[in-house]
Amino acid sequence: MTEAPHRPAPLDLSFSRRYRFHGGLHLENCRAAASDQPILPAGIPPQLVLPLAQHIGEPAECLVTVGERVLRGECIAQATGKISAPVHAPTSGTIAAIEARPVPHPSGLPAPCVVIDTDGADEAAVAGTPDYTQLEPEALLEVLRESGIVGLGGAGFPTAVKLGRRNHVELLLINGAECEPCIACDDGLMRERAQDVIEGVRILRHIVQPAATVIAVEDNMPEAEQALHDALVRLGETGIRVLNVPAIYPTGGERQLIRVLTGHEVPSQGFPADIGIICQNVGTAAAAHAAVNRHEPLLSRIVTVTGDGVRHARNFEVLLGTPLAHLIEAAGGYTEQIERLLIGGPMMGYTVSTEAVPVIKTTNCVLAVTAHSMPAPPPAQPCIRCGRCAEVCPATLLPQQLYWHARAGNHDAAQDFDLFDCIECGCCAHVCPSHIPLVQYYRHAKTAIWAEEIQLRASDIARERHEARLARIDRIKQERAAQLVRKKQALSDKAAGNDARQGAIQDALERVRRRKESAGITPRNTDNLTPEQQQKIVEVEQRRRDRTRQQDTD
Amino acid sequence: MLTAIIALGVLAIVIGAVLGYAAIRFHVDSDPVVDQIDALLPQTQCGQCTYAGCRPYAEAIAAGEADINQCPPGGEVTIQNLADLLGIDPKPLNPEHGEHKEKTVVRIDEEVCIGCTLCIQACPVDAILGAPKQMHTVIVSECTGCNLCIPPCPVECIHIEPVPKTLRDWSWPLPAEARHD
Repeated sequence: MTEAPHRPAPLDLSFSRRYRFHGGLHLENCRAAASDQPILPAGIPPQLVLPLAQHIGEPAECLVTVGERVLRGECIAQATGKISAPVHAPTSGTIAAIEARPVPHPSGLPAPCVVIDTDGADEAAVAGTPDYTQLEPEALLEVLRESGIVGLGGAGFPTAVKLGRRNHVELLLINGAECEPCIACDDGLMRERAQDVIEGVRILRHIVQPAATVIAVEDNMPEAEQALHDALVRLGETGIRVLNVPAIYPTGGERQLIRVLTGHEVPSQGFPADIGIICQNVGTAAAAHAAVNRHEPLLSRIVTVTGDGVRHARNFEVLLGTPLAHLIEAAGGYTEQIERLLIGGPMMGYTVSTEAVPVIKTTNCVLAVTAHSMPAPPPAQPCIRCGRCAEVCPATLLPQQLYWHARAGNHDAAQDFDLFDCIECGCCAHVCPSHIPLVQYYRHAKTAIWAEEIQLRASDIARERHEARLARIDRIKQERAAQLVRKKQALSDKAAGNDARQGAIQDALERVRRRKESAGITPRNTDNLTPEQQQKIVEVEQRRRDRTRQQDTD
Repeated sequence: MLTAIIALGVLAIVIGAVLGYAAIRFHVDSDPVVDQIDALLPQTQCGQCTYAGCRPYAEAIAAGEADINQCPPGGEVTIQNLADLLGIDPKPLNPEHGEHKEKTVVRIDEEVCIGCTLCIQACPVDAILGAPKQMHTVIVSECTGCNLCIPPCPVECIHIEPVPKTLRDWSWPLPAEARHD
């Protein structure tokens, strides 16, 4: 029996075998450097810098003013529009400024931020939600939305929006497969706070009501896997399965992980929800637990500080908005040969130019590297068309074609080769024998296409405004012309109209007089006069008569 | 013989009626080519092409009266797009109409502005806000950078400024080696 092509086979929820995604790389793992030590709170820095856009979608809208005191957990910026997330004060303090500051972004451009001078008191705003199992999924989604929870795996898509879009969910997939070398924040979280993760997964499960719930970890994180199993036993939870997947980069990619576990492909330009799967990061699950069970919005996250550029690599629990400088200090400072600072891992991370940039919701790793561990790539050579990039591409794209078209500025052609299915994992550039910075070409093409789209929308608005203006000018001209015609008409009618108007005035006067008579209205102030007043009136009347007579005789 | 004539005659009347009805029912007011050309123009409405705006220029191109290389704000990209649409060869921008520059916006020095409203009348997209003898200001997000408001200003209080880059419209630079091409 064959299925119709548009209707894929139902998901196999026994997970009895692992599939292989195309390409990928075996990379040396350096996660242990950070995750072998317990997570350390990074403390409260003197100042927190909270960008209004820490997520995908519309930036949040600021609710506070400079000089205002805020408490921990207080909402300082609200979500605007459909895809957005609020921002909360991670600790108590005073709003020092609302201005553009450098933010973690490859451009190095400043963006609007709320700056809080912390007071160290860490005073909390009180909030509360009832027992979540009694809540409808919709109400629970609202809690997640108001708590500002976004995907903590790195993309930062608002979680409530993602969960709210579901139709029917077969599989809730919790992604603990942290595949990029050196990043260990999820590993640390699962090792130490497995119970929080499981509690969070239960909440997400309550919202989406899937047929199966799975937490996926890589097979080289046995401690995390064990911790999750222990937590499941402790909580008596039997509806959640912990599965391991082969550690091949980038198995932690949403699409790759789905492929490995189910054998299904997420459609090009589509979402996992299209094939009945919702994928969430383990950190997001833990944040959902904090929001629902502890009434605490998203205020902090676990960040791996690592690389041979810092003295003590480890995981930190960091308040959002903490400047990188504070974090580096907490990690014992730089070693002497520090070359550059990256946000993200060695494969997908980007260099930041200043350590004033803060940790935001999507910052999973701060990587300080020396020239020794991450030397600048040698100058790029011409492409020799070896095809190795296509062999390793986990999205089964043709990186070489994308490269030619991106380089030539031929964006339409690049899109024909599914440019937007590229996950920027960096495998192609990693294996390129000519050291061509392929991913930068793709990033350039993608962002240039977005910029073009913004421009196109702006020109559409300009056209509309111009047309509206022309229409208005035309309308005013016509109105003036019509008015002129009316005036001319009125002038020519004037002579004929004079008599008619006089008649109308007389009629009106007559009407008023008659109404007064019928109502019996007489001037009141001449009634009941004293003899002196009466005498005065008579005198005045006499004077007036005399004057009139005199004028007549003159 | 007669049957054939009648049959064909009836057929001709029926088809004619259908065609006639369709011509009225599906009548297209504007020339679709003009719309397509207009969609490719940057809508700056600056008039550097010598026409009164982007749409009149699009109409002139469609009528064969204007060349495709008269739009400095659009630059090479617009010329290429127009050439692709019309199936003709692209040509370099005609320097008579000006040179291609990065998009700018204008800003009114509000200290100097006397509130004469001349710039408001000149703005093709209603991006200047103000009233007689009141301060004027530019709605920067709506400004197309046409600079038509600058010549009428009697006190020269309107200045050209670059458009600030934001995270939204920033794009990754091409790798250095590609920029030498």
